[in-house]
Formats: sequence, structure tokens, C-alpha cells
Amino acid sequence: MSGRRLLEVDDLHVSFATSRGPLQAVQGVSLTLDQGKTLGIVGESGSGKTVLSRAIMGLLPRASTTQTGSVRYEGTELLNAPNDELRKLWSTHIAMVFQDPMTSLNPVQRIGNQITEPLKIHLKLSKSEAKETALSLLMQVGIPSPVERYEAYPAQLSGGMRQRVMIAIALACAPRLLMADEPTTGLDVTVQAQILDLLGQLQRDRDMAMILVTHDLGVVATRTDEIIVMYAGNVVERAPTNVLFKSMAMPYTEALLKSTPRIGEPSHTRLTAIEGRPPDLLNPPSGCPFSPRCPYAQDKCHVDKPPLVEASAGHSYACWFPLTANEPAPPAPEPDPVPA
Amino acid sequence: MSSVSLTNPTHEAFADIKDEIEAEEAADPTKKKLGFLFWLCIGWIILVALAATFANLLPLPNPNLGNYNSVQNAGPGWGHLLGTDDLYRDIFSRLVYGARVSIVVGFGGAIIGLVVGGIPAMISAYRRGRIDTALNTGSYIVLAFPAIVAVIAIVSFWGKSLFKITLIIGLFAAPLIFRVVRASTLSYATRDFVLAAKALGASDTRILSREILPNIMPTIVSFGLIAVATIVVLEGSLAFLGLSVPPPTPSWGNMLNEGSTLLTGAKGQTNPWLVIFPAGAMFLLLISLNVVADKLRAYFDVSEIKL
Repeated sequence: MSGRRLLEVDDLHVSFATSRGPLQAVQGVSLTLDQGKTLGIVGESGSGKTVLSRAIMGLLPRASTTQTGSVRYEGTELLNAPNDELRKLWSTHIAMVFQDPMTSLNPVQRIGNQITEPLKIHLKLSKSEAKETALSLLMQVGIPSPVERYEAYPAQLSGGMRQRVMIAIALACAPRLLMADEPTTGLDVTVQAQILDLLGQLQRDRDMAMILVTHDLGVVATRTDEIIVMYAGNVVERAPTNVLFKSMAMPYTEALLKSTPRIGEPSHTRLTAIEGRPPDLLNPPSGCPFSPRCPYAQDKCHVDKPPLVEASAGHSYACWFPLTANEPAPPAPEPDPVPA
Repeated sequence: MSSVSLTNPTHEAFADIKDEIEAEEAADPTKKKLGFLFWLCIGWIILVALAATFANLLPLPNPNLGNYNSVQNAGPGWGHLLGTDDLYRDIFSRLVYGARVSIVVGFGGAIIGLVVGGIPAMISAYRRGRIDTALNTGSYIVLAFPAIVAVIAIVSFWGKSLFKITLIIGLFAAPLIFRVVRASTLSYATRDFVLAAKALGASDTRILSREILPNIMPTIVSFGLIAVATIVVLEGSLAFLGLSVPPPTPSWGNMLNEGSTLLTGAKGQTNPWLVIFPAGAMFLLLISLNVVADKLRAYFDVSEIKL
């Protein structure tokens, strides 16, 4: 089953029209995803990872954005496709779990209504069939006493519960590709681990492909097959997960990892913050976008922008002076900050 | 022996708390109460509406013909429940028939305003773009014009029938309703759950009717009722100026107009009842509409549900 090419993104550019000129949010991103695989997209706030995931879904407002390149799902071009065509794919082929479970559920609709709605529209289920399916979905995502929760309003559920409901809604029509855009934002660490494990388990059960967008390298370390690191709208490093943690080449990836707390360290260890701010995307710096903040930056970095080159099988990075192999990369983070 | 006297009351206290908790659990937490005042106000609105609708069937004297066997400008009494005016007409009968004008113009005007203003507002706020900008600017322009002056001008040109007055007032209420509905739609149109619904393949019609409309319903209902109240007052002002339905058809406004001449004794007679009753009826209708609007807003607000 595994191995069939599901998603192909080629040279995707997204820019927003602003009053100060075009803002280049995504600058030439290419990626591929096979069925049953998980891709992690990592980067700090403003690196373009959410815009990238929404552009793949086709959810960006058309009027104020320019999108070029190509996004193909099983050979069908999605980019700039009319909404009517995307609507046929949404929910039955591609579904999305949104960032904030507190705002992603309609506050005045009962949970049951919100889960059964896509079932009734897309799968043409009857009312009773839809309810049965919804209850079994609620059970699958680990919601206790689903019959009662079915009648509840979102305000009556906790954040973790709501995110489980969001996942249940996204999975309702059995999509083949699940986009999870920071699915654990605003949840505490224990619940984060539970939600991520749940996503992983459901993905294995359903042989579903998943794109996991996050700012936390620790989250993607054990849960993905491949990782893309984004900075200022560019892919700066791309590698299979185990390769990335074994031999990361891009200083930005290393900096991201160093800024993540690790459970093995003694308490009160200072975290290494990345100096400076993410670049202004209206006025991107010349040369490598990370050069103003890069501790290893040399003159060449400030002038010429490094291309994304494939150094070894599957491992590509955009850096003139990659971290060498004899300089050991920091150890991979613990799989889970807290046992699930 | 002291331990016995100490434990007994404690047990009782625990039993009390347990009972209380069970009683609270038995009550549905999603249920909210509207309160006695709400039902009193709803009762008054329904009473006025029913009386206006079935005025013909009620055992009332003709509101437009005087009973010349009775006393002119009589106070409340048995023959005429609320007394008579200076043309020997029954005030109670005129009050009931006059309610027709207030109810029809008030609710009719608000419904016209909601349809003409509210539906375009939702679509325009959801779609945005140039049409939205144009409609928005248009609503500002219409609002900048004093409505009562415009209504007076149109009424004096076009004529004064119940239908025309309702239509004109409804159309002038539309831009105000447009603004309110547009603003509340805007605040929901960019919420995550709307995007989430879109990502699940919901059509625009579905998003507007199932995702956004239920959220702005409290605003629409309460603002709609307040619009009814405002329109009743506006009709009253027009009638007071003699620009609403022409006499002898009674309306609360023209009754007030007729009564005002009898208030000062300018005609040699005084009859304060002719002012007190229509003013009182209107006051009670307006306060009822406002209370109902306020209570319904709180009732529809599910985010205030007790956890």
C-alpha cells in the first residue's frame, strides 16, 4: 500500500499584497509525500510554514495573494483550482486539523452536529448512520462518554477534548492526507503528547499520509519520516528524520535544536536563544536569509544566496558552509518530554 | 461520649451537601431561565398583537363613529371602558384599532429592513471585495441623511397609506440593519471555525446559514426587536405630525395628536385620558420590546452556559 506518490509540490511561491509591497511568504518550496508517510515542517513563527500548509490546501484568500508553482494531489493540480473542484477533495481526500482548538469549533453548534455535517454532505449518510459513525469516531479519538459529548457545546469541553473533536471531524470522511497545523498549540505538555500519539496511531491504522507543521523539533523527531526546515519562506534543510538528527548541515537547524529544552539536562541550564529577529519579508536580506543571525556566517553568506542542493541521498540543504561531520551535532531530543 | 455528638452533625452536613450536588446535577446545565419579567413582556406584546389582529371580532363599538347618547370627553367608566374623546368615540376601541398601525408598521418595517438590509449584509461581509465597499459606502450616505426628514418628504409626495408608510420606514431602517449585521458577520467570517468548515468542503451558502447565522442570531433578534421599537416611535412621530395613516383611522400617534389639543383646555374642555392611554400603551409596548430583546440576547448566548 505504502509508497504511492500522493502529493507533489513544485516551486511554490506565495506572496501577499500589502500596502508596503508584496510580502514573499513562501519562496519556491518543493516537496513530495507518499501514502502512509509523515512529513514534518519545522520553523519558527513567521517562517511561512502555516502559509505553506494553507496554500497546499488551497485555503488562502485568492484576492490578496499571488500563488505560483504547482501543487498536485494524485496528479490533479490544486493550485488556483476553482473552489468547486477543491470542495470535492476537501474532507474526503485532504483534511486539516487547525492550530487552535479553542477557536476552530463553532461555539453555537453542538459537537454532534459539527461531526455529522461533513458525513451527511460528502458521504450522503442518513441522520442515524451519521450519528453512529460520529459516535464511533468520538470513541476512536478517545473521548469518554461520547453519547453525552455528542450533545455538548464546545464551551463545555476542555482544550484537549476540543482538539480530539477537531481530529474526529477531520477524520470523519476518511481522508488520505491529513494536514496538522501545530495541532497542539495551547495545550499542556501531557495533553500534547496524548494528541500527537493519537494522531500517529490513527495514521498507522488508516495508512494515511500526514503533514505535521510545528515549531518544535522535539515533536517531529520521533513522529515523522522526513523533515523540512523552513526559514523566511525558504526550505533551508530537508532530510529523512534520522539523517537530519545524525548529521544536520544547516546552522539554523542546529540553532533551533539548541533552543529546545531537553529533559536530560540539569535544571537551570540556560537555553541558547537565536539572536536577532526573523527577517523582514518585505525587505529580505541579500544573500542567505539566515546570515544576519548565523554564528558561522562569512562574507560570502551576506552576498550570495545559497541554493538548496542535494548533498547525499535525500539530504539537501541551503548553506555555503554546512556544519562538518567532525563537529558533532547536538544529540537528538528525548522522544517525549513527558511519558504518555 | 463527646465523639458521638461531634460526628452526627457532620454526617448530616455531608448528607445536605450530597443532596445539593445531586439536585444540581439533575438540572440540565444547558438550560437557562428567561424569568418572570420576560414572560410578562412577551405576554403584553402578544396581547397587543392579538387585539390588533382580531379587533373586528371583538365586541367593540365602531372606533370611527361617535356614540352621541354618551358623554363627550368622559373619563373611564362602565359604558366606555376608557372613556370617550371629544367626538364621542370610544377610546378603548380606538386604542385597539390603533394598535394595528403600530404593530403592522413596527414589525412589517423591521422585517422589510432585515430582508433588504440583513441578507445583503451577510453576503457582502463574507465575500468582501468591491461590492462590499460600494454597499458599505452607500449605507453611510443613506444614514447621513436624516431619516425623518426624508420620510416626511416621501410621504407627502407619495401618499399616506399603511403599506406605503411601512415600506418607506422599512427601507430607511435597512442601511442601519445592514451596518449592524455586516459588522457582526465580519467578526465571525474570519474565525478559524469558518475556515475549518470551508476546509471540510462546506459551500458558501452552508457556511453563511449554518456557521455564521447561528452566531449572529442573538444580535439580529435583539437588534430587530429594538428596530421594531424605534419604528413604532417613528410612526408615532409621523402620526403626531399628521403624516401617517389619515384620520379618522385611529393610530396611537394621531390619538396623541388629537389628545394634545385637549390637554391644555384650548377648546374649553380638558381630557388628559386621551393622552394617557395611547402614551401608556406605547410605553408598555416599547419597554416590553426592549426587555425581550435584552433577555433573548442573554438566552441565545451559549458561551455563557454554566460548565
